[in-house]
Amino acid sequence: MPDRRTVLTFATALLLTGGRGIRSAFADSGVDRAGAFIKATSDKLVAVVNGPGSAQDKRRSMTDIIDTAVDVDAVAKFSLGRFWRQASAEQQKLYLHLFHQVLVTSITAKIGDYQGVRIAVGKAQMRDEEAWVSSIVERPNNPPTNVDWVISNPAATPKIIDVVAEGTSMRLTQRSDYASYLAHNNNDIDSLISAMRQQVGQAT
Amino acid sequence: MRLAPRFPRLLAGILCAASLAYLLAGCAKPPPASDPDAVADFNETNDPLEPTNRVFYAINNGIDTAVLRPAAQAYRYVVPEPVRTGVHNVLNNLGTPVQLGNDMLEGKPRRAGDTYMRFVINTTVGVFGIFDVAKRWGYPNHDSDFGITMALWGVPEGPFLFLPVLGPTDPRDAAGFGVDIASDPFTWLGRGTAVRALDWSRFGLNAVDQRERALDAIDSIKKTALDPYATFRSLFRQHRRSQIEAVRNDNRATIPVWFPQSASTDR
Repeated sequence: MPDRRTVLTFATALLLTGGRGIRSAFADSGVDRAGAFIKATSDKLVAVVNGPGSAQDKRRSMTDIIDTAVDVDAVAKFSLGRFWRQASAEQQKLYLHLFHQVLVTSITAKIGDYQGVRIAVGKAQMRDEEAWVSSIVERPNNPPTNVDWVISNPAATPKIIDVVAEGTSMRLTQRSDYASYLAHNNNDIDSLISAMRQQVGQAT
Repeated sequence: MRLAPRFPRLLAGILCAASLAYLLAGCAKPPPASDPDAVADFNETNDPLEPTNRVFYAINNGIDTAVLRPAAQAYRYVVPEPVRTGVHNVLNNLGTPVQLGNDMLEGKPRRAGDTYMRFVINTTVGVFGIFDVAKRWGYPNHDSDFGITMALWGVPEGPFLFLPVLGPTDPRDAAGFGVDIASDPFTWLGRGTAVRALDWSRFGLNAVDQRERALDAIDSIKKTALDPYATFRSLFRQHRRSQIEAVRNDNRATIPVWFPQSASTDR
């Protein structure tokens, strides 16, 4: 008759291997879903950019796509770095609100003005908890660009948390931009907020 | 032997002027030790010469706005895209000797093979390098310069530099740039007026070609960044690191294609 230890060992082994099976299935579906998610999102983006409509219409449609596909709040918090904790609740609220529009402006500046933009979505792979989906973005007059889309929670609720173009991460670049701006403005979050407001005002 | 008074001398002049300016100008003041977060930021930024760098950034930006950007815009306006691509390909093809040398110094035989095949295919089938046929035949272009080579050898990048004409760089990559020019056979080939004119045309065309390809990217950065200098600094470093990692991680096997266990399956 098997003693308690054998049973326990067996159960643990089953749990481990079973668990691994479940985990890899989970990862596979994450990779597949991430790839499909980026394909759908980039199709929508390309349709808006190449489609008819005024610049304002396009900006509105881009805002809708970005708000549903991108975890804007996470990107915003990352971009503010250590200053997020130092900001007051009111400053955080204002900053988040403005960041949504700043992100739309910067993505529009990168692909918005190109009639004939094309995005070819390539392979997806897991890196730690995130899925990386590779793609090649082609814009008229510009050399083709390798762009990786980084997706959090790929299996359950996929959201874009970073875009890496030719090895340069958008949120990391944004963070160093803000950090430098703050360093040269007495680490004053209010002055960052007013600079962002001015930037958004010029774009809209 | 009298050296041909071309790029090496010009480059030496620029570097001398720049180092003099760095000696005369001040350094960035590190934040007080009582603020560990700020100190960590300062160290991560690794830009102790920031005040001087910003002066050169402003100067370069002025030159760019006045000369290089309009030249690139005119180039884009006058020359149709297929011709510009052809020019870009020819310039790339002329860079083959330096690229091949660096592939070998990096200890990456497959990359050296790619570069060699690119040169042979594009110079012949591609008509003196106008058409990048090799890319379609499975030999895409890749980055290779002496800055990357030194990085693979373990040379640290050093602090950030913004140099006149050269733009964002660091001591390692600025030195690498000099070595690449000095090791380019075209730098030393012949001495007549015609050769010199050709050399300068290549230099100028290269600058306009590179600038034209970056027109939209640089415009969009200047439009969207609160501190364009810091943004260029970050972008330069990230891009450079990703180039270096791409070379480091390219460890394709070197088994010949005719061998039973073909290397082509590794690609």
